[in-house]
Amino acid sequence: MPTYQLKVNGQPREVEATSETPLLWILRDDLNLVGTKYGCGIGSCGACTVHLDGVAMRSCQTPVGKLAESGQAVTTIEGLSDDGSHPVQRAWLEHDVPQCGYCQSGQIMSAVSLLQNSPQPSDAEIDAGMSGNICRCGTYVRIHAAVKTAAKLQANS
Amino acid sequence: MKKLNNNRRNFLKVSAATGGGLLLGMTWLTSCEREVAIEEGTGFKMPPRPDMPDRWSEVNAFVKIGENGVVTIYSPNPEIGQNVKTSMPMIVAEELDVDWQNVVVEQAGLDTDNFNSQLAGGSQSIRKNWTILRQTGAAARYLLVAAAAESLGVPVAELRTEKGIIYHDASGKSLGYGEVASAAAGIEVPEDIQLKDPKDFTIIGQGKKNVDALEIVTGKAVYGIDLQAEGTLIAGIVHPPAFGMELKSFNADEVKQMPGIRHVVTIDAKPGGAEMQWSDVNAFPQLIAIVGDKTWQVFQAKKALKVEWTTTSAGEFSADHRKELKELIESGKADVARRDGDPEQAFEDADHIVEATYSAPFLPHNTMEPMNFFADVNGERALLNGPIQTPEYLRKTVSAVTGLAEEKVDIQLTRMGGGFGRRLYGNFGVEAALISKAIGGPVKLVYTREDDMTQGTYRPDYLVKYRAGLDAEGKLIAFHVRGAGTNGSPVFANRFPAGAVENYLAENLSRESNISTGAWRAPKSNFIAGAEQAFLDEVAEAAGKDPIDFRLELFDRAIADPVGEKNDYDAERYAGVLKEVRVKSGWDESGNQHRGVAAYYCHNSYVAQVLDLSLKNNRPQVDRVVCAVDCGIVVNPEGAVNQIEGGIIDGIGHALYGALTFADGKPEQENYNTYRLIRHAEAPKKIETHFVDNGIAPTGLGEPSLPPIMGALANAMYKATGKRVYDQPFANPTLRG
Ligand code: FES
Ligand code: FES
Repeated sequence: MPTYQLKVNGQPREVEATSETPLLWILRDDLNLVGTKYGCGIGSCGACTVHLDGVAMRSCQTPVGKLAESGQAVTTIEGLSDDGSHPVQRAWLEHDVPQCGYCQSGQIMSAVSLLQNSPQPSDAEIDAGMSGNICRCGTYVRIHAAVKTAAKLQANS
Repeated sequence: MKKLNNNRRNFLKVSAATGGGLLLGMTWLTSCEREVAIEEGTGFKMPPRPDMPDRWSEVNAFVKIGENGVVTIYSPNPEIGQNVKTSMPMIVAEELDVDWQNVVVEQAGLDTDNFNSQLAGGSQSIRKNWTILRQTGAAARYLLVAAAAESLGVPVAELRTEKGIIYHDASGKSLGYGEVASAAAGIEVPEDIQLKDPKDFTIIGQGKKNVDALEIVTGKAVYGIDLQAEGTLIAGIVHPPAFGMELKSFNADEVKQMPGIRHVVTIDAKPGGAEMQWSDVNAFPQLIAIVGDKTWQVFQAKKALKVEWTTTSAGEFSADHRKELKELIESGKADVARRDGDPEQAFEDADHIVEATYSAPFLPHNTMEPMNFFADVNGERALLNGPIQTPEYLRKTVSAVTGLAEEKVDIQLTRMGGGFGRRLYGNFGVEAALISKAIGGPVKLVYTREDDMTQGTYRPDYLVKYRAGLDAEGKLIAFHVRGAGTNGSPVFANRFPAGAVENYLAENLSRESNISTGAWRAPKSNFIAGAEQAFLDEVAEAAGKDPIDFRLELFDRAIADPVGEKNDYDAERYAGVLKEVRVKSGWDESGNQHRGVAAYYCHNSYVAQVLDLSLKNNRPQVDRVVCAVDCGIVVNPEGAVNQIEGGIIDGIGHALYGALTFADGKPEQENYNTYRLIRHAEAPKKIETHFVDNGIAPTGLGEPSLPPIMGALANAMYKATGKRVYDQPFANPTLRG
């Protein structure tokens, strides 16, 4: 099996896998970064969302071979902050968003990316930016409020 | 009940090791160091985590106390997102009288000697454990006070506690719980333990954040699917593609050559002769298991495996399901579940008869975390760990199929990525145990989303026909409900409006199917509430009455002079939530919003909702939901509101979009590209929740807000479009089959 050099959460990592193996499973099975979740494997639920060079991407749709070729840096939920101090995480804590919590890594990674693109998003922008992430427990109202709080926290910091 | 008494003594006693003995030897790989407190300048502050002590003293099965006063409380019940891991320990902490900031919560494993009913289902965790949890906390407090009395040489009666400190006011002396915990262990617990007056509660009734929130938002919370231990292989299953099919043969030669694939074995989760439990609902007990090094490798091999299936019973079609249910309703021989007065005569006497038929399709649970389980089974013992709502039953079945004694089967619990009833049926745990046994080593079984959605156990499809007879004044004088469903009728014969109508008839019909069905969040209520509440709206309209007035008149009747004796509900509490929601929603000042109301009672709680809807490009948009809830004392208001909101969004989503259809026994949707779940933009813009404060012992909360919202939605859709909706999913009736 070929080996690939990746940059994950600021660290160089080497993995051995077939080139089409999705980044999702590299993170989970090879790098033990299990905060990135598997929900559908087809790019439809957002549970596996990570950042590639700062932009939200579905890791289940990112083959490791192509990723290594592109040289893009990967950030996972574990790389967002060590201690929950990222403004989006703080907003999530303030609004006590999670129920089961399983979708929330992906929700948070999508929200961070959304706020990078539009630091003060309108309701419609939040709707559009967050609708790729399913929450089966139905925490959408809280997620919506938390994104707004995060925008404020980010503006103030 | 006998069991409860037995346990009641046990939990008060000083216990030996809790948290499961056998698994203690297992080392789980964790990705990062645990937790750090948050420091930041704006607004909200996460309370700092307490420092861990060097030494713990076990006070009872629920409580251990560190020498520095930090308290660990074990949460006994499975956590599926209903937040019992926060609310159950809150109840213990209240009576123990400790500072919540000094409490660390740990998930207990299955321990039937020490804990009562470790099951997540029927919204019963808090209701069934309320008194036990209070007594446990109070008993632990007593032991600590008694130990302090001995050490200070003063009578117990002269001591008081506050936030984990025992004070002797007369001498000005005080002792922390941590200083006396080790001495408390030998003390006898008295028969009668004083509980707090609810007036003095300082933790119960205060909003507390989810105890795992920090782990969740930092990606450190560990779910079953995340478990990794040295030497663990990954397993996947291949099951028949359609209900009514069975495995004939397969050829694994090619698959065994694929990278990382180690074993291909067959398993039988229901071997002849083994005693099964109610939770062993499973249409496909004979499976092929593929075991390999990595999840992706196993998923690829699953697709490549060459299998021949054979048909053992006819594959079903959704269009036929509906026809069959309709025929049953029209001409089937029903079981009469309840009859009051003379309904036939009353319908003949009626001035006006309203009649309507409602239906809903099969639904998969679709927990966000697909089914999975860790198992390590050998000839001596079985170690299992993972997401299960019914650990006690899983243990029994694993014992039955492996031949190991029950005490040799250890089950630990993880946080779960949703339950909704799916994890009541632990076939995936049994499968993991059998695969581990077959290959002789530890495995983690992981379902793909497709496995999860096509393997059962579904909410069955339902059809119900209602008739109501009104007299010339618009008074309801006759009511008839006739319900049919796959593998059971959805009707609750003794729920409202039974008891409020003189002449009443409830009938049940059922068809059998080879498709496995089971409980799904608020079983049966998840359909019948919406149907009934939409029908009552139509009846109120025919009677020329405001829909809330119309219902309140019926409740007045049920309060003043109830018909029959077996009515399930308390009409005053029922009317109470309806009156509350009327005020809080501004019902009587309605402007030009399209507004629907509904009220329902299930899981011992009462919920009324008003939903405002508008049409955006001809698509329904929910602008606001106002919800009044009577679930008795609200243990954790913050978590409670989250549950109510979740149930509302879940209910709206499934009523609008949810449908699993079948062709020749094969589920036609198998992932989220074809199965539609509600998304962020489709959720209500605003949800307001109001609790009725009545001091009654707490009742269910995880389910009751879901059923009625389907009715409120249907009624608002009628207001918006002028057309009544009868068949779910409302947004796409063609999917209905
Ligand atoms: S797992 Fe990647 S989008 Fe669902
Ligand atoms: S919190 Fe459970 S899926 Fe979102």
